[in-house]
Amino acid sequence: MQVTFKIWRQEGPNDKGTIRDYLVDGLSEDMSFLEALDHLNELLVLKNEKVIAYEYDCREGICGQCGVFINGRAHGPHDNITTCQLHMRSFNDGDTIVVEPWRTASFPVIKDLIVDRSAFDRIIEQGAYITAKTGTAPEANAILIPKEVSDNAMDAAACIGCGACVATCKNSSAALFTAAKINHLNRLPQGKAEEHKRVKEMTYQMEIEGFGSCTFTGACEVECPEGISITNIAELNARLTKANFLG
Amino acid sequence: MKLDSKIPEGKLEEKWRNYQIKSQLINPANKKKLNVIVVGSGLSGAGAAATLAELGYDVQCFCYQDSARRAHSVAAQGGINAAKNYQHDGDSVWRMFYDTLKGGDFRSREANTYRLAELSAPLIDHYVQQGVPFAREYGGVLVNRSFGGVQVQRTFYARGQTGQQLLLAAYSQLYKMIHAKKVTMFPRSEMLDLVVINGKAKGIIVRDLVTGELKRYAADAVVLATGGYSRVFRLSTLAIGCNGSAIWKAHKKGAYFAAPSFTQIHPTALPQSSEAQSKLTLMSESLRNDGRIWVPKKQEDTRKANDIPEEERDYYLERRYPSFGNLAPRDIASRAAKERIDAGHGVGRLKNAVYLDFKDAIAKFGLETIKDRYGNLFTMYKKITGIDAYKEPMQISPAAHFSMGGLWVDYELMTTIPGLYAVGECNFSDHGANRLGANSLLQASIDGYFVLPNTINNYLASALKEEHPTTDHPEFEKAEKEVKTSIDAILKINGTKTVDHFHRELGKVMWQECAMSRNKKGLEKAIEDIQILRDDFWNDVRVTGSGDELNTELEKALRLADFIELAILMCTDALERDESCGAHFREEFQTEDGEAVRKDEDYSYVSAWEYDNGNFKLHKEELEFEFVKPSVRSYK
Ligand SMILES: Cc1cc2nc3c(=O)[nH]c(=O)nc-3n(C[C@H](O)[C@H](O)[C@H](O)COP(=O)(O)OP(=O)(O)OC[C@H]3O[C@@H](n4cnc5c(N)ncnc54)[C@H](O)[C@@H]3O)c2cc1C
Ligand code: FES
Repeated sequence: MQVTFKIWRQEGPNDKGTIRDYLVDGLSEDMSFLEALDHLNELLVLKNEKVIAYEYDCREGICGQCGVFINGRAHGPHDNITTCQLHMRSFNDGDTIVVEPWRTASFPVIKDLIVDRSAFDRIIEQGAYITAKTGTAPEANAILIPKEVSDNAMDAAACIGCGACVATCKNSSAALFTAAKINHLNRLPQGKAEEHKRVKEMTYQMEIEGFGSCTFTGACEVECPEGISITNIAELNARLTKANFLG
Repeated sequence: MKLDSKIPEGKLEEKWRNYQIKSQLINPANKKKLNVIVVGSGLSGAGAAATLAELGYDVQCFCYQDSARRAHSVAAQGGINAAKNYQHDGDSVWRMFYDTLKGGDFRSREANTYRLAELSAPLIDHYVQQGVPFAREYGGVLVNRSFGGVQVQRTFYARGQTGQQLLLAAYSQLYKMIHAKKVTMFPRSEMLDLVVINGKAKGIIVRDLVTGELKRYAADAVVLATGGYSRVFRLSTLAIGCNGSAIWKAHKKGAYFAAPSFTQIHPTALPQSSEAQSKLTLMSESLRNDGRIWVPKKQEDTRKANDIPEEERDYYLERRYPSFGNLAPRDIASRAAKERIDAGHGVGRLKNAVYLDFKDAIAKFGLETIKDRYGNLFTMYKKITGIDAYKEPMQISPAAHFSMGGLWVDYELMTTIPGLYAVGECNFSDHGANRLGANSLLQASIDGYFVLPNTINNYLASALKEEHPTTDHPEFEKAEKEVKTSIDAILKINGTKTVDHFHRELGKVMWQECAMSRNKKGLEKAIEDIQILRDDFWNDVRVTGSGDELNTELEKALRLADFIELAILMCTDALERDESCGAHFREEFQTEDGEAVRKDEDYSYVSAWEYDNGNFKLHKEELEFEFVKPSVRSYK
């Protein structure tokens, strides 16, 4: 199969960047999208050109390192998958495929399709943990946690931190990411002691990082590879009101 | 040098306690003055970095990804073992110890393996405290399931994303300590050399992957937590960036490499579908709790799976290993699959797979129960293959997965270079010649959280009396120069072939000769072939771009250069071991019905290789079995 890639090339953070065209032949439907880019990079090396920089690691949808805009959609044409899970069978012979990096001020471009998502780590740093030292834990079954509670916490905890929610949001909001982490911990008994502090400090950091506010368009949950529901954001807002009220 | 494993005195149950009682303490004011480098942010690295910082040490942690949260521990699906005996099914620390030792075919130390089992229960307590949402019963207690090679239920899990949930807990704890300014995190940083001063590990050379700049970091001790090296096969279940570079560089600086050829081939991955494929996706072993493995009895059968009647199916694991059936250990299950595929019973487009069938389980427990247990694995299978496995069986195939081998470490997890520690998958410690499922998240976590923080003080207490190393030492100068020289050399070649070309070639040789089954002739030829490949690489590879920028092609080339050298050592080790044990199956040493023949009289040792200017010198750590008598490992 043959396709035309139109790919964003940008040497560095201060470079302007531009879309460049690459006609690529010899692809097969079984190839993953990233394998098609690997193939293109090999061709570029043989033509003495610099390779296209893009990110990935696990290539099985769990590490969250991959992620680009493909034909205007975060992680490509399907709902709820990562870029690395996309296969060429989703395209037709002769297609043109436009590939761009996440575009949001809080994730500046480093090179070509690679962006800096360290803002996420800094949100986590503000309280996405339980302040207890190694070696101080009580017996695991001492605190019973009903299945529904644990399952709900797991639903939120599944976030892979890819940033598609932010990238696809017209407000560049990180509300889904932040809500998922807060709800994971605050739904569990272990997270209760620090629940209000956690909500306040993590949401504050989210603002400092320049992420926009959520206006409930629902775009994020469609692109989220883990299908994390937007109701998490409503829950976060309720938690924030309560936290502010209780000091 | 005689290898001293430093196993403490006493009864098996008392060794770890005896060790702790005797180990040295450092007062809090002095701990602050000591800094420790941790390379890696997986379960072992993040666990170690966070805990060492909690204890008061000044910690620097490095990883090559953009965030610590992406270390490959994140990809583990199935679960983590612990001897809690919550299911009241007769489990105990002793039984877990014995299962692990036997699972490893009696090629690991009793004392280490016992400690692993002993510390497993408190580890589950720890993770629950950190907010890991493990699966629970309606009444609120924790749930367990079984993994291969075991007849009790001791595996804890968080849906099909156990590794992710444990790693996120470790990453959170790490960020708690980053917030407290006790850990400095260096993401997008790759360690390219170890710095040894007066025989002791004192720092590392790192390439900043964004700017390409080479940087020096000094420390009182260095901990490697860099994960497994199965990407040497190219196609594996590991992440694309997983590498052997850090441990290989340490090996070249004097750390012995133990049992390099012990690599685990996992029986249930998705089969390769094209030459361009970059990785093989694992389907969790937990699926073997309910899925039944079979192939058509007829060779080259072209019928669809659902059209093959029951009596024409060969449930070969149930047939050959009736007492463990589909839960036979990995090495055995993989080899049995290979045997059937080679005999012409393989299924799928490339005839390189076997079936994993849930029909009976769905009939017995209902669709909802199976969905609840494995929902996300079935979804993942569908995303990749387009097939609905609730309706037809999955197609699975063996894939390179885990390295039991790694840097040789003693009971304290210290390598043969004083001050250099190795934790997690990058060491050789507890799994012997074959690792049991769900024991590795455990080992990585225990090493990082519980063992290292209790052993490193024994060394650091003496480091207090020494001068704190600085990066202007000539050894730093020298190491940085060596790294720079090899980067420049690779960039200068400007040959005609890509890095991936060489990696594919290396993978083919290794998969053919040094994977599920090995023989003398094949291994000798493999060593020659890899040597030729190495020369070819250094004469004819082409890497574009420069060293002073973000250059993913250069990163790949540097990792591959190390893999090529490591591959030669792996084949050398496999050739030296004239027996079959665990994952190491030498065709010359098997029974008439194809089972492994182990030779305890001659090979009851851990091979530990010393690097000597491109040659390898063998040292042996004899294994002493004081408490258990090695038996023939049978799962029939
Ligand atoms: C697909 C899959 C599924 C698995 N499922 C299970 C399971 O269900 N149960 C189980 O017990 N085990 C499982 N395992 C095994 C287990 O996940 C690993 O053995 C374990 O997580 C390894 O942890 P680690 O801390 O040693 O290394 P990793 O988590 O791999 O971390 C390595 C770290 O080192 C860093 N690093 C590597 N090289 C360098 C370098 N040169 N410079 C700087 N940093 C570097 C990386 O950035 C990373 O942070 C699975 C493995 C795979 C691949
Ligand atoms: S590469 Fe890990 S999620 Fe895509």
